[in-house]
Amino acid sequence: MTPDILNTIEVILNGLMTGVMYSLVALGFVLIFKASGIFNYAQGVMALFAALTLVGFQTGQIPFSHLINEIFGTHVHNWGPGLNSVLAILLTILVMILFAWLVEKLLLQYLVNQEPIILFMATIGLAFFMEGLGDLMWGADIKTLDVGIPSGGSFWWEDVTRTWVSEGYEYYGMYIDLLDVWAAGIAVLLVTILTLFSQYTKTGRALRAVADDHQAALTVGISLRSIWVIVWSIAGFVALVAGIMWGSKSGVQFSLSLIALKALPVLILGGFTSIPGAIIGGLIIGVGEKLFEFWIGPLVGGATENWFAYVLALFFLMFRPQGLFGERIIERV
Amino acid sequence: MKFTKLLTSLALSMSVAGVAYSDLVIPSLEYRTGPYAPNGIHFADGYADYFTLLNERDGGIGGVPVRFLPCETAYNTEKGVECYESTKGEGSLVYQPLSTGITYQLIPKATADGIPVHSMGYGRTSAANGKVFSHIFNYPGTYWDAASIIVKHILDQEGGDLNGKSIALVYHNSAYGKEPIRTLEELSKKHGYDLTLIAVDHPGQEQKSQWLQIRRERPDYVMMWGWGVMNQVAIQEAANIRYPMENFIGVWWSASENDVIPVGQGAHGYKAIAMHGVGDDYPLYDDLRKYVLDAGKAAGDGSNLGKVLYNRGLYAAMLAAEAIRTAQGISGNADITSEQMRDGMEALSIDAARLAELGLPNFGPPIQVTCENHGGPGLGAIQQWDANTQSWSLITDFAGADREVVDALIAEDSAAFAAENNITPRGC
Repeated sequence: MTPDILNTIEVILNGLMTGVMYSLVALGFVLIFKASGIFNYAQGVMALFAALTLVGFQTGQIPFSHLINEIFGTHVHNWGPGLNSVLAILLTILVMILFAWLVEKLLLQYLVNQEPIILFMATIGLAFFMEGLGDLMWGADIKTLDVGIPSGGSFWWEDVTRTWVSEGYEYYGMYIDLLDVWAAGIAVLLVTILTLFSQYTKTGRALRAVADDHQAALTVGISLRSIWVIVWSIAGFVALVAGIMWGSKSGVQFSLSLIALKALPVLILGGFTSIPGAIIGGLIIGVGEKLFEFWIGPLVGGATENWFAYVLALFFLMFRPQGLFGERIIERV
Repeated sequence: MKFTKLLTSLALSMSVAGVAYSDLVIPSLEYRTGPYAPNGIHFADGYADYFTLLNERDGGIGGVPVRFLPCETAYNTEKGVECYESTKGEGSLVYQPLSTGITYQLIPKATADGIPVHSMGYGRTSAANGKVFSHIFNYPGTYWDAASIIVKHILDQEGGDLNGKSIALVYHNSAYGKEPIRTLEELSKKHGYDLTLIAVDHPGQEQKSQWLQIRRERPDYVMMWGWGVMNQVAIQEAANIRYPMENFIGVWWSASENDVIPVGQGAHGYKAIAMHGVGDDYPLYDDLRKYVLDAGKAAGDGSNLGKVLYNRGLYAAMLAAEAIRTAQGISGNADITSEQMRDGMEALSIDAARLAELGLPNFGPPIQVTCENHGGPGLGAIQQWDANTQSWSLITDFAGADREVVDALIAEDSAAFAAENNITPRGC
């Protein structure tokens, strides 16, 4: 093969991997929207908050230490050397469950039967609140996140693909980031677990019942409030996974919450109610934007990815307003 | 009778208040929140702590205390302009907008209001021409100086010949990131290197395409004009594709601990241009610890002392304080106005002896500002990151830019600005 063909394959491959990273963020949106009809604006901030909490546990940081020191004139920062990654992840999951319970207790239960726009506005408020809370709890400095996932280019893949080039060409081998490969594996595992959970467990069936029809689910004794806590807990877990993957790339900092912007075109394209849609949508956006940047980018000055993802999503929207896998909205008058 | 007493006491309290409020007002347009907060906090702490030190140790500047007015911008241009409007009436002496976007908005406003703006190493580069930009200062150096000094460093590395070499510029796709392009294009004509421009959209969390391109094209050197998360991701991606870090050089806004520490060992050897010294091994820091930190008056918790952006905030405050002293000397008033501050900035002169006297020996190059030249000496050094010791060190002396190229560009751009805005250049 010529280097041009190999470079195109490399771009497609990396686009797929990047798409998986987008899908990890989009999954959290889908879970909550499917179960409660809420577009959770705070999903990106949840990923940030989960990653901050994880690093806090890993490094043994005392939450609210800046505030404590300011009020009491103390100089406390750490309670100890910190926890290992597994224990820290488990504790962070517990924190995200507590967060889900508090969201239901303090916010959602007062908004039952409200218009979707009211619920959406409430999540905007929640996002700003959590951003401030995360800052207050863990500080605004950039934190290094390392849970032992390897990163960097794969030497093995470079060596294998170097031999694919036709004779007479110079080629350095194909690049693939090990962190992206791990993210893809984790995303597959996550979707499998979520699918099995929703198909084969009693709670999963209850979740699907609520997603299909709130009123009908209530009449057969399913507690809407418990379901909301469960769904927000799962979305919190997904946010933690997304936070770990994105935080490992750039360090944990407040711009991590902006990854939600990358999930929006994925949702428009894949549909707001479909878990496979979030994955397929992510892959299409990832490959589409990378190929566009590779082929057309140099002709128009580059940096096309942000806007091209939305253009691609809008193009799909013209033909399938509910997204590729979303449920068709039929309203009878 | 009661009414007369009331009037008398009111007049008395007003006169007392008048004395009590005689002070030097320094607004601080800072950002401690938002996506750029990790950098903004360090700068803001350094800026505030230096003025606190002057108040605590010396009772202010020339016997007049400094009144510090912090205002949160979150690095948002609209909020920055709001901060300016809400604080200018307090008798503000100088604005340090800490954002190229805010600086562009303040250039006409502050000039009309007669308040100087110090966009230290950022903002509009051609504001270095004091004949056109009477109230805007960007000493000790500009983006164009930085670009030229980096190219000079590359020339040194390559034995003075860049013919056939390639340089890629990875830049934030904004007015800030595009600033060095003209200079680099001019320098490429002069030195014969190939220039590749690679834009990264805000915020820069995803840069796979850009670094795949660099991996394919293998430029000999990569320069970076980034900010915030873009810097960390770029350095991480460079490490991932095993790009030689000693050939990766950032501007002074891509040069902090925040940019390299998250990348760990992979960032070892990364270089950047510096406008001032690194670390806290300066006598001034002893005073900072004694009068500010240990006294519980520091803006932060003290953990940022000596970090690059803390030092930059401190340097900016020191330059402002020295300009105030100069203005006090020129006007004969201790309690100066913003116009007198402008005069002080325009006559600012700091030599090596003065830096040593301030407790910052060799912290920066000597500075001489004039009516024509608001950009200062335009000197920069190269700093390099050591991941093992987690510290920066200066690996070159402070060197100057290619004045022949940079000054011609400044003259051209400022003339265009003057023509667009009907400004008649001052005679200096």
